[in-house]
Amino acid sequence: MKKLINNPAAVVVESLAGLVEAHPDLRLNEELSVVYRADGPIPGKVGVVCGGGSGHEPAHAGFVGFGMLDSAACGEIFTSPVPDQILEATNRANGGAGVVHIVKNYTGDVMNFEMAADLANMAGDCEIETVLVDDDVAVQDSLYTAGRRGVGLTVIVEKIMGAAAQQGLPLKEVAKIGRGVVTEGRSMGLALTTVITPELGKPFFQLGEGQIEFGVGVHGEPGRERRDHAPARQLAADLAKPIMEDLPFVDGDDAIVMVNGMGATPLMELYIMYAELAKVLRAHGITPVRQLVGNYLTSLDMAGISFTLLRATAERIALWDAPVATPGLRWGM
Amino acid sequence: MPGSATLPGLVAWIGAWRQRVETEATYLTELDGAIGDGDHGINLRRGLIAGDDALTAAVESGHLVAGDKALQQVAMSLISKIGGASGPLYGTMFLRMADGLGPELDTPEFARALRRGLDGLCARGKASSGDKTMIDALAPAVEAMESAASAGQTLRAALAQAAQAAAGGRDATKPLQARRGRASYLGERSIGHIDPGAASMALLIEAAAATLGA
Repeated sequence: MKKLINNPAAVVVESLAGLVEAHPDLRLNEELSVVYRADGPIPGKVGVVCGGGSGHEPAHAGFVGFGMLDSAACGEIFTSPVPDQILEATNRANGGAGVVHIVKNYTGDVMNFEMAADLANMAGDCEIETVLVDDDVAVQDSLYTAGRRGVGLTVIVEKIMGAAAQQGLPLKEVAKIGRGVVTEGRSMGLALTTVITPELGKPFFQLGEGQIEFGVGVHGEPGRERRDHAPARQLAADLAKPIMEDLPFVDGDDAIVMVNGMGATPLMELYIMYAELAKVLRAHGITPVRQLVGNYLTSLDMAGISFTLLRATAERIALWDAPVATPGLRWGM
Repeated sequence: MPGSATLPGLVAWIGAWRQRVETEATYLTELDGAIGDGDHGINLRRGLIAGDDALTAAVESGHLVAGDKALQQVAMSLISKIGGASGPLYGTMFLRMADGLGPELDTPEFARALRRGLDGLCARGKASSGDKTMIDALAPAVEAMESAASAGQTLRAALAQAAQAAAGGRDATKPLQARRGRASYLGERSIGHIDPGAASMALLIEAAAATLGA
């Protein structure tokens, strides 16, 4: 394993220290690995908080800033933050108008955010709404699983809810807009390699030269099935199909589309896959009206890709287009 | 001081669990790499080192004199340090065990405490036996403890049976398809692997047999 690190046990806090060094409008609580806006909390604005395991950079700390998140609680690699961290992130975001927690649907994340919300409620002065993101169509949502995972759509949820909060909308409304996005957004991913975490120092599993993992999450874990590798055209069609069928996206729909790299996929390949996805969508009468192509919710050094589609409405497009200034997303200002 | 008689045994139990987890951290992490995200051993080891060190310090300084308080303190350390699902789950288990813990640890008392811990786990994790989770190791251990309690057996004999039952429950997770936790995302591909949570739970009961039952 060759990595640009000092100490496997310190990668999260050392990386966050670099993030705030490079972006002086952010601050870091080093003890709790919480990143927050230097100018926050903003009085009278709904606070928007996300958190999760680390290893998904730029998510989520890289989305703290104007028009998106007020703070991010950064857990260990691929491990949910603990209640103390989430509580600190909540306090840093609390401008008196309530705080919304954006939570990816994983057992650990859900439990830790629940415990943190209980603690915040006990402390008394902060109303909390939770928006649970569960967009991964690779997982069957049934009584017999932990429910669909939260993956790429989380970035879009953060952008749209962050814009809604920045415009001064009240807590319930911000949460409602976020839940609407979750209801009409879907994702799916595949991996060409697994990951090497700094602490483990070797791959989780071996994947043959001609094989891919189809239907993966964002933690280097195996997917729903192992398949033979195939040309981009075929893989794009195979990923798009279950996404379109699940909602379903239909002829005449407009969509906000994200093609997300898993960390080690060249941008060149992401654009090849976007070109193929756009063809598939148009063939089904679905128009991509906004696009995001790049590495936004990654899995360390995994080579792979995910597609996310969100049904676009005038409100969502306006919130998507609203100004944002974060390390990971920046436009309109 | 109520509960002081239970303190040394419980402290030794947590220390022994820490040692077992430190020794087996790579094994636990490899189990998790197969059907989860490969960090169970790393996270549990981190939480237990912090929790056990704090516990030992509190006992040595004389701040901590009762067994139930010791379990509460361990619970809060695990919740603060482990992260993921394991932190809240093990934390909840120890909090529930502490709640109403009697002044003397004998077979019926420990059986009741473990039963409360199991109920807490099931509620926190919204899971039950057969879901391929840590419950599959704990539930048979609780049943073994309860049978031993009805038969009037010593804590030593009861915990030996509980440890055996937990190990059996751990091994029995191998053919199961996961229905809770991250392994559930794999569907049928979770079959054929031992659940890492069940494995760390079996270590906990084994540590109890090696200390409380010694």
